[in-house]
Amino acid sequence: MKLLIKGGIVSAALFAAFGANADEEASLVINEDIEITVRTDAPAHLDNMRTIYSGWVYRSDETQALQMDDFENPGMIFVDDAIDVWASADGSEGKGCVDCHNEPASMAGVRATYPKWNEEAGEVRTLAMQVNGCRTERMGAEEWKYDGSDMLNMEALLASVSRGMPVNVAIDGPAQSTWEMGKELYYTRTGQLDLSCANCHEDNYGNNIRADHLSQGQINGFPTYRLKNAKLNGVQSRFRGCVRDTRAETYAVGSDEFIALELYVASRGNGLSVEGPSVRN
Amino acid sequence: MKSITVFVCAGMMATAAMAEIAPDDVTYDEYGEVMVSLSGQPGDPVVGKEIMVERGKGNCIACHQVTALEEYPFHGEVGPSLDGIAERRTDVELRGILANPKMTYEGTIMPAFYRTSGFTRPGDEFTGEAAAGPLAPLLTAQEIEDVVAYLLTLTD
Repeated sequence: MKLLIKGGIVSAALFAAFGANADEEASLVINEDIEITVRTDAPAHLDNMRTIYSGWVYRSDETQALQMDDFENPGMIFVDDAIDVWASADGSEGKGCVDCHNEPASMAGVRATYPKWNEEAGEVRTLAMQVNGCRTERMGAEEWKYDGSDMLNMEALLASVSRGMPVNVAIDGPAQSTWEMGKELYYTRTGQLDLSCANCHEDNYGNNIRADHLSQGQINGFPTYRLKNAKLNGVQSRFRGCVRDTRAETYAVGSDEFIALELYVASRGNGLSVEGPSVRN
Repeated sequence: MKSITVFVCAGMMATAAMAEIAPDDVTYDEYGEVMVSLSGQPGDPVVGKEIMVERGKGNCIACHQVTALEEYPFHGEVGPSLDGIAERRTDVELRGILANPKMTYEGTIMPAFYRTSGFTRPGDEFTGEAAAGPLAPLLTAQEIEDVVAYLLTLTD
């Protein structure tokens, strides 16, 4: 038995060391039912790429498999938590989400269009901002912390009912100036390592950087359950981690800069399916 | 007593200035080459090998494949293989590329390992906070020389 375990560890290490750790041609169907577009033609506004890929294709066979069945996907536990919250009243108005929106399934398609312009507020809102808008303006409830667990659970629920639907964020009209700001940030090299998002995720996707397999940095799978930290991760917290790793002073989660970057990066995935909560390394 | 202290400090600084070139004082020629040792000393290829593979140091194999370093796992694919690099590059070219590769290859993804100014939003190492004071280079002058010395052993 001990020998067998040792053999297993050695072969796993060899497997990883040779970088044969992803089936980039694989297809994703969740619960043998929901077909996910993990590769498709790049949207017209992308000049430097012809095909866009979900981060799912760059992960190992084992990680890929976890997302194929909701009973295997650890992120779905948090969706269940949010379903309970959905039906619970909170705040001075005595309302829950269910009082305006009925069942969570009625929100199908919403995730796919965020971030988007909110005419009343006169700003581009991420889905998290819109959830907090509901809480403060309609429910008389406290805001949830940006990328805190309450918020991420709810975002996971909202994503889950849009799974399989194409990401389709608007980049023109009143959102355009925010989108342009996000694009500028995407191509700006920061920190002592002097790296932009594009250096890794446009110029080097598919390549290994030490033990990491670089993806296109698509965000159609957020919130993401990462095996690395065993919890749901918000997209702006992930941005923060990336910018920090360039040895830069990061922008804050919830800042104007990261809202703009989220809109821009989301638009780079227009055409991929909503996948959240996805499973990644 | 005070004058003695000042005298001693000034003397030490003068010695250091002659021996080591500060990051902002490095002279690159039109091809990005750096002609003289940054530390004023020759490099040690044994130390250079350690710097090549250590994640907290050069971590060169994060991006470059090196067959001679196969015993250390996970070589990257972002930059070219360094096998046989000594056949293709001289010491002055390698020193320039390590210190600031943008002087040789405009727009390269490769970070500058001996540069401390001219960055956008420089941080305090990997904390995500703003840099509290002047930056230290990613590698010291001597460490650059050590890596150059190691790379010059990669002859085939």
